[in-house]
Amino acid sequence: MPLSTDQVRHVARLARLHLSDDEVARFARELTVILDYIDELQQVPTEGGEPAEQFITARNVFREDIVKASLPKQAVLSLAPASDDNYFHVPRVLG
Amino acid sequence: MSDYKTISATQIADDVREGRGSAVDFTSKALKLAATEGRELNAFITLCEEKALRQAAAIDQMSPELRAKLPLAGVPIALKDNISYTDYPMTCGSHILDGYIPPFDATVVTRLIEAGAVIIGKTNMDEFAMGSSNENSYFGPVKNPVDRSRAPGGSSGGSAAVVAQGIVPLSLGSETGGSVRQPAAFCGLFGLKPTYGAVSRFGLTAFASSTDQISPFARSAEDLALLYRVVAGWDENDSTSVAYDHPDYASVLELDRKLKIGLPKEYFAEGIDADVAATIDRARQALESAGHTISDVSLPLTNKAIPTYYVIASAEASANLARFDGVRYGLRESNDRSLEAMYSDTRESGFGPEVKRRIMLGTYALSSGYYDAYYNKASQVRELMRQEFEQSFKSVDLLLSPTSPTPAFKLGEKIDDPLAMYLSDVYTAPASLAGVPAISIPYGESSDGLPIGVQCIAASFGESLLFQIANHLVPRA
Repeated sequence: MPLSTDQVRHVARLARLHLSDDEVARFARELTVILDYIDELQQVPTEGGEPAEQFITARNVFREDIVKASLPKQAVLSLAPASDDNYFHVPRVLG
Repeated sequence: MSDYKTISATQIADDVREGRGSAVDFTSKALKLAATEGRELNAFITLCEEKALRQAAAIDQMSPELRAKLPLAGVPIALKDNISYTDYPMTCGSHILDGYIPPFDATVVTRLIEAGAVIIGKTNMDEFAMGSSNENSYFGPVKNPVDRSRAPGGSSGGSAAVVAQGIVPLSLGSETGGSVRQPAAFCGLFGLKPTYGAVSRFGLTAFASSTDQISPFARSAEDLALLYRVVAGWDENDSTSVAYDHPDYASVLELDRKLKIGLPKEYFAEGIDADVAATIDRARQALESAGHTISDVSLPLTNKAIPTYYVIASAEASANLARFDGVRYGLRESNDRSLEAMYSDTRESGFGPEVKRRIMLGTYALSSGYYDAYYNKASQVRELMRQEFEQSFKSVDLLLSPTSPTPAFKLGEKIDDPLAMYLSDVYTAPASLAGVPAISIPYGESSDGLPIGVQCIAASFGESLLFQIANHLVPRA
């Protein structure tokens, strides 16, 4: 089933991507082709089958709760596009 | 100027340990080649000259007793630019990480440096490791050293090109669905996708966490084994890494028994290039005449690997790449508007078309109303595929197949057809989904002189057997 441009815009909003109109049209076309191909999976009987999740390391990993040094605060904050000594700065969220 | 096509990493490390060669000389030569031939191929994003020369000098000045303990003493190496290395930018082939300098070293970097390797540069790659041709890089495509009009493969195209050109004897790439094996096949190298969990991913930028593995390239099975032994092992910083007692792979390269080898018939279906099929047949005959038993086996879900892989990898990518939002590092757009506009505009301008396509596909597959039909279904099919492999390894020691359905394709040939590009992973994605190790072995050429790769797949932690079969098929000159 073809993906509509409205569906593409909805998914783009969920993914926080501000797509151009051209991109919306292109992704509607391309994703329709890819999803048609992916629909081949529906031919595989999997009724009641277990999903593969973490199949190789399917075990709990415990460690002692010991305080260790983390990266220096300044080393991390200085990488941000906008920050001060203690915080990352982002555009205003409230009023 | 001679290059690293004729001297192996094993030989360099021997020379440096014994004091017959200088780490600074080997490093300077690699840096010089990187600045000339590496630039022509567009294979590097960043050269790490200052630190490399400092590391090399420290090795030369070390006491002979300490130097004798370094398995990679003075060996120049390149890293794919999604592996964290302090003091130099890490781009992941993207615009969105503009100006980012990792504040910590990846665990593989720490292990390499402790082993005496010298990191000379960060290599070009498909953006966030998404691609099979290296054409999805913000920094432009890499050229295949064998034929510069062709793709080196992807996503670790830069790491493959620098070893194939002889700029360095070794490099690290990363694998998610074939991103080291396929470029190894396209460039005529050995490339290993380790068992899931064998190598720590601490400091590797995540793409699809349930298959990502840091993976080595080399020009011989011996060098590949040497590098793999250094980087493999448990790490407290990666809870998916596995404690396993790794042997000294390079010292046990002799195959000392006759193997049972399976040819999965589904890997020889439509779309396979005639020269590739003939090459596999030649490998089969060589193995048979050496006394190994070859039999046909069936892995019926093979043709479902690409749809399964693209659902799972894209879903995981859409979650993993949510962290690139303009807040903590890299690019930021529309700072004067709302928070959501800042996120959406930063991501729109920072990501390239293929990354957006995968994020869109993954977000759709995980979205309300579609999760069961796509992600859950794909996870169930994946589990059945894993069982198919498990079952086949009860009757054979190894599976033998092509690495890629064709030799290297032309740059530009597939870039406008995402699905055709995805299908070039058809023989590599199954082992990635099952978590088992696989190797690409350079075995002959096509009629127009392009390298062809033979793939061997083993059961989990069967790397030793993979190095042995590689060394058996292509003994060191």
